[in-house]
Amino acid sequence: MHVPDGFIDAPTAAVAGVVAIGGVGVSLRRAGEVLDERGVPLAGLTAAFVFAAQMLNFPVASGTSGHLIGGLLAAVLVGPTVAVVCVTVVLVVQALLFADGGLSALGLNIVNLALVPALLGYPVFVVLRQLLPRSRASIVVASGVAAGITVVLASLAFVAEYAIGGVGGAPVSTVAGAMVGTHVLIGVGEGIITALVVSAVLATRPDLVWGARGLAARPSAQPVVEPV
Amino acid sequence: MTSRRRTGVWAFVATGLVVAVALAFLVGPRASSEPDGLEKVAIEQGFDGRARRSATADGPTAGYSVDGVDNQRLGTGLAGLLGVGVTFVVGAGLVLAARRMAQRRAATPSS
Repeated sequence: MHVPDGFIDAPTAAVAGVVAIGGVGVSLRRAGEVLDERGVPLAGLTAAFVFAAQMLNFPVASGTSGHLIGGLLAAVLVGPTVAVVCVTVVLVVQALLFADGGLSALGLNIVNLALVPALLGYPVFVVLRQLLPRSRASIVVASGVAAGITVVLASLAFVAEYAIGGVGGAPVSTVAGAMVGTHVLIGVGEGIITALVVSAVLATRPDLVWGARGLAARPSAQPVVEPV
Repeated sequence: MTSRRRTGVWAFVATGLVVAVALAFLVGPRASSEPDGLEKVAIEQGFDGRARRSATADGPTAGYSVDGVDNQRLGTGLAGLLGVGVTFVVGAGLVLAARRMAQRRAATPSS
């Protein structure tokens, strides 16, 4: 869902750029405070894995493909603030090295694919996790469902940008319907992949999963109350 | 919980990187090249032509292919390897720098 240059007018893209710089700046500062030493290679791995996964376009409907956004996945694995940094690194590398996503649209893409998952998607995960029983399976289900919803939220963020500064002549309602319709399908793929990856990490090192903090303790241990 | 030995963090990271490299190098070149969700919507709604060429479109690795590598699958795979390496180093480096700065802030008595 990388926005190329030209779809959204310059003022809107510039405002998104300012929002992105602010959001990434705050995230970077917070990331430095919440991370311990082992979080450093994990953040690198998260960025590298999201980059690799974003290359893998899967077919969703006739003549359409989708790929993992990975923002919610990253937020569950390393926490929302570090996730913003990781996904932003991916987006900047894609735009600079691979001409994937426009340079003037970088702010738009950071807002849609890094900030929306952390600020809107991760709270959906937290709510689902609270509603479900306290178990690893619940973390997996909550991750998958929240990841699917996050894709639709990201597509709505694009619709909002299109409504404000879109250059196309198509009416906003039509674009909204088409974006949501397509991204519900892509969201199903996102949800499945996210659930599989979270499940694999939980099976290996549950204590490394930010979104499962408190669960990782041995069953005999007292539940640890951790801030969200 | 089982008593089997835990995977060390670095072993975990190394395993994860091997998976990422395998995905990027082996699966990446076989990914669907159909337009993605946004591209498809833009085509259907008639504004795909408004996309401008990126300023980086003439770079040596633009479009996930590598200049001088004629085999497209190999080129995409190599571009994937490059991307995995760069994102790992930059991601870890930025977070390391953020951590150092936070430690420095904490060590400085607030005025």
